[in-house]
Amino acid sequence: MTVQLVRDELLPPAPPPPRRHLISIADLTRDDVTRLLATARSFERSLERELKKLPTLRGRTVVNLFFESSTRTSSSFELAAKRLSADVMTVKSAGSSVEKGESLKDTALTLAAYDPDVIVIRHPQIGAPHLVARLTSSHVVNAGDGKHQHPTQALLDLYTIEEHVGPIDGVHVAIVGDVLHSRVARSNIQALTLMGAHVTLVGPPALIPRGIEAMGCAVSTDIAAIGDADVVYVLRMQRERMEAGANYLPSLREYTARWGVTPARLRPGQKVMHPGPMNRGVEIDPRVADSADALIETQVRAGLFVRMAVLYDLLTRGPVEVKAEAVEEVA
Amino acid sequence: MLFGREGNDDLVVRSARVIDPALGIDGLLDVRVDRGVISQIGLNVDANGHRVVEGRGLVLAPAFVDPHVHLRTPGREDEETIASGTAAAAAGGYCAILAMPNTDPVVDSAAVLGSLVETAAEEAEVPVGFLAAITNGQRGEELTEMAELADAGAAGFSDDGLPVVAPGLMRRALQYHVITGRRIAVHCEEPTLSRGGQVHEGEVSAALGFAGYPSVAESVMVGRDLALAGYEEQPIHLLHLSARESVDELRLALAAGVRATAEATPHHLVLTDEAVHTLDANLKMNPPLRAEADRRALVDAVRDGTISAIATDHAPHARHEKEVPFEEAPFGVTGLETAFAALYTHLVEPGLLPLPTLLERMSAGPARAFGLEPPRIEVGARANLVLLDPQATWRVGEDGFRSRSENSWLLGETLRGKVRLTVAAGRVAYAG
Repeated sequence: MTVQLVRDELLPPAPPPPRRHLISIADLTRDDVTRLLATARSFERSLERELKKLPTLRGRTVVNLFFESSTRTSSSFELAAKRLSADVMTVKSAGSSVEKGESLKDTALTLAAYDPDVIVIRHPQIGAPHLVARLTSSHVVNAGDGKHQHPTQALLDLYTIEEHVGPIDGVHVAIVGDVLHSRVARSNIQALTLMGAHVTLVGPPALIPRGIEAMGCAVSTDIAAIGDADVVYVLRMQRERMEAGANYLPSLREYTARWGVTPARLRPGQKVMHPGPMNRGVEIDPRVADSADALIETQVRAGLFVRMAVLYDLLTRGPVEVKAEAVEEVA
Repeated sequence: MLFGREGNDDLVVRSARVIDPALGIDGLLDVRVDRGVISQIGLNVDANGHRVVEGRGLVLAPAFVDPHVHLRTPGREDEETIASGTAAAAAGGYCAILAMPNTDPVVDSAAVLGSLVETAAEEAEVPVGFLAAITNGQRGEELTEMAELADAGAAGFSDDGLPVVAPGLMRRALQYHVITGRRIAVHCEEPTLSRGGQVHEGEVSAALGFAGYPSVAESVMVGRDLALAGYEEQPIHLLHLSARESVDELRLALAAGVRATAEATPHHLVLTDEAVHTLDANLKMNPPLRAEADRRALVDAVRDGTISAIATDHAPHARHEKEVPFEEAPFGVTGLETAFAALYTHLVEPGLLPLPTLLERMSAGPARAFGLEPPRIEVGARANLVLLDPQATWRVGEDGFRSRSENSWLLGETLRGKVRLTVAAGRVAYAG
């Protein structure tokens, strides 16, 4: 007996047309990043006006699908869509059918039935945005998938560096802490090296994944290695991802003593960034977090402009090059 | 040890290239089967009124033996049954397969084994052997009643899918081999090293953010089990080796006289962890796909016979269980219907493995590893034959699968090499 189960949809998906989605920084070219950052700058200027809403995406629908808790990312995507006049709907796993055991496939298909133009998804598992991209015809924006990628975070970090430190080409960024569990680190390593920055990873041996040098960064277990950096990028110690008994570290106390970013370990003028949420007193000394060299709130603000740029880029021009003045026009 | 139907089919295969690597046969010959038994091998054999299969341009070889199949029965008959899994095996050119005991319930008692044996006698398209668990419930706590299970027909013992973590218990299992005489087959994984690992630990897992499953998680267990087998002077079979360090351990042990055999899967011989960049859940298996150096070490070991068996580790999974994010998907891929074509296309055609060697590692090699009689093309032997078309190309999935599951790592790929006919235990089990 032959069981005929194979249908076309089972076959591996044809590669999507270029930049239909934003799932990984690896999908972007240097030109794409330059264009997105220029678009974000135009949006920042437009938001200086009294009337902050732009008509650009009127009639478009953006669905935010959040399977993980988030303050910064979900609020900033929501506001970005609203500032562009899109209809936006935010669905969180808490209180949704996900709690009744609905699969990601069925949740995605249900929401896709409303024909959203964009689905923004955050999910605790690597590859969730790929699956949604395969199952729906919407543009998919990855707002964080497990330990894999968080591309809009990396873009807003590039934006912040360009605005407050200088050209990314040649800048030296030290990324400090739990690289192993950090999607922010992975997206940033790719984005920074793509744009010509030098990246040094600093952290405890068990939290620096084996083989990561192949991404084009230097690696050190000595906190002194942050000394040469223009920017010290502090990662959250992701306690919620520390599986019991994994013994990555003897204790958090030991982490703070060895790798905590304190005023004594910084040079004057070194800028400090953090993707949030911070554990003050663990990976970052409160005096550092509150200092004038900390760009942490700046990063949050940049998130809005960058996410507006991402939505705009996907929906209006897609793969075609967007000229900065075109944005001014609609603005 | 094998259960299924025997056949009394009559058949003549005319002018095929007959290859039996074990017997040193390689030539254009006719082969006649009378009442399920090979009766004549030669030129211009009299058809005697039998069905004649034209073999010109085709290869006739001893049919394949797969020592590592998951039939999912009992418990997950939606994924595979004895009937569907053995039909898939027949379509892949196999005349015998061994099924793993990690079912629900686990095959750890003569009662469960007995019901499988009964079903196989009625339903199996090709003969099946059933391995029983080494430990009750595969919990790694106490040994199963191995002697009783052997009497009830167990083809061997394995906790496949899980390692026997405690070295003392592994030693006891090997000691008991003296009583059962049935091979102990081990899944080598040190769980505190593999912990939660999804993908080979290396550049790909670092870039994608996956928890790494390092090679050393396999090789330290390979080293331990070989040491125990050597100490107890008992044979042991290593399941699905994936890492070059494991191959190194095996070479050392073989040189020291340990009676070890080992298998490698088509997916580990063809793919590397680079493939995982697509995040396709059909590339998720345990052990994981490893680096190119590992793949090359496995191919070398298959070529020189250090690894004497190719096993599919055919692991059917329901569609909805694989259509989830990579991290959530279960480990395992199907392989019975694609093994020969995959290896012919990716190893034989590029010149990495001679065809007769591949045929030997898919047939006599695995049979010997489990103490089964190797299929052979010899007058008087029961007919276990596969007729292969090395020229035919096909697209995996185009005609569906005989397996109930479709989680093939080759879905949509075009392969060269097709099974035209399988004769298992004297019975035509597949004609395509």
